[in-house]
Amino acid sequence: MNMIVTIAAREFKSLFLSPLAWTILAILQFILAFLFLTQVENFTLLQPQLATMENAPSLTDITVTPLFGNAAIILLLVSPLLTMRLICEERRNKTLTLLLSAPLSNAEIIIGKYLGSLGLLATIVALITLMPLSLLIGGTLDFGKLFANVLALLLLSGAFAAIGLFMSCLANHPTVAAMSAFGAMFVLWILDWSAGLADKPSGLFQYLSILRHFQAIQSGLLATSDVSYFLLFISLFLLLSVRRLDKERLQK
Amino acid sequence: MTTLISAKQLTRYYGKHCAVNNVSFELEKGQIIGFLGVNGAGKTTTLQMLCGNLAPNSGEIVINGFDMQTDPKAAKRSLGYVPDTPPLYKDLSVQEFLRYCAQLHGVPKADIAAAVTLAETRCGLIEVSERLIGNLSKGYQQRIGIAQAIVHNPDVIILDEPTVGLDPLQIIEIRNLIRELGQAHGVIFSTHILSEVQELCTDVLMIRQGEIVLKARIAELPAEKSLEALFIDLMQVQQ
Repeated sequence: MNMIVTIAAREFKSLFLSPLAWTILAILQFILAFLFLTQVENFTLLQPQLATMENAPSLTDITVTPLFGNAAIILLLVSPLLTMRLICEERRNKTLTLLLSAPLSNAEIIIGKYLGSLGLLATIVALITLMPLSLLIGGTLDFGKLFANVLALLLLSGAFAAIGLFMSCLANHPTVAAMSAFGAMFVLWILDWSAGLADKPSGLFQYLSILRHFQAIQSGLLATSDVSYFLLFISLFLLLSVRRLDKERLQK
Repeated sequence: MTTLISAKQLTRYYGKHCAVNNVSFELEKGQIIGFLGVNGAGKTTTLQMLCGNLAPNSGEIVINGFDMQTDPKAAKRSLGYVPDTPPLYKDLSVQEFLRYCAQLHGVPKADIAAAVTLAETRCGLIEVSERLIGNLSKGYQQRIGIAQAIVHNPDVIILDEPTVGLDPLQIIEIRNLIRELGQAHGVIFSTHILSEVQELCTDVLMIRQGEIVLKARIAELPAEKSLEALFIDLMQVQQ
């Protein structure tokens, strides 16, 4: 456990030693703030009509849900850049030897690396959450729904980090890792669309689609099946990463 | 005498090519083994197997009483390894890096600062302690590689060509360091410099095409033949 924390802390700090993490945080924050502002603007425009409607969507529905939906798409693009170097770069720089000859199990290495990159993604989610919280100055929020959105985005970034880490274990070059991770995530993202194309939707594809589970949690319906989908997803790719690292010793 | 490394019948294939064939030897406390062989003879492969970086196809490695296959964590705890390319994080300072290495090897929190300072002193890194590793010369980087391997005070130290890229003064310092380490620990290192083995080691191990061709105490080598002549003889037999 101690070792996992050591590796995770090192990984988290290393991300901030290069301009990459700072750049990503700054640009993400700028784009999302802009989109968030548009939603708030929308709300003020719609407010007179909303007042007359029954069961009108609340401030939370109009601002928070689209914000987290947009954030998910942007994380889809950005998270491969954060995870691509995790194992791949260590292997290229021959620093993996340091971890492999230290008294660590491969699971500790993988989980440490995973938590380190997840730390940055969680920071991003926390910064995004600050935006709707700023609305409390002049309005009220549905905290249950906000929580559901935060949880959905956290689970989603957890899944992205896991798949990115696995690709980083496989690939020999960071860009290859980033591209493969993006490809895999994107396919899972759009799987749902193809399910809608045929006359009757494919149950399997619907279940596999990451977007469907994300939106289900986002809507505020917290179902065990959706949460466990993400947890299974994360465990599967962490397990595959550990297996891949085991193979490092067998073949070269 | 405590046996620190016991390697039995190690064999390793890369595809169909047999890189290491049936290598067995032992390292005891107080011994310094010089590991000689031409390029591609299997030195690095053997050392990598000893450190658990590479799994042998067959054979057994016991480090300080712990089997590398069944109890790798305990075995690796007694190991310090300097690979041929020192594993350095270039964006860390020397001190940060050594601190991290000490943590990874499970040095207790209270002892880390002292362990790092000791390793820095031994390898002559005190004056560059605060500098970024990436900005230091190759000689310094090589020394950081060695410091990284001794920071947790391991019983066994394995060095893969430790004196490559060092200036003559640094080579002498590193040799003195190895000699000092050899008194309380067991050291095995590979090298191409025969005189280094002659003056530094207690034992010599020669490997040719993956097979051990000579295993002897330096003191027991025939006096009339120099190590160099012996090496050339042994290596030329197969050609």
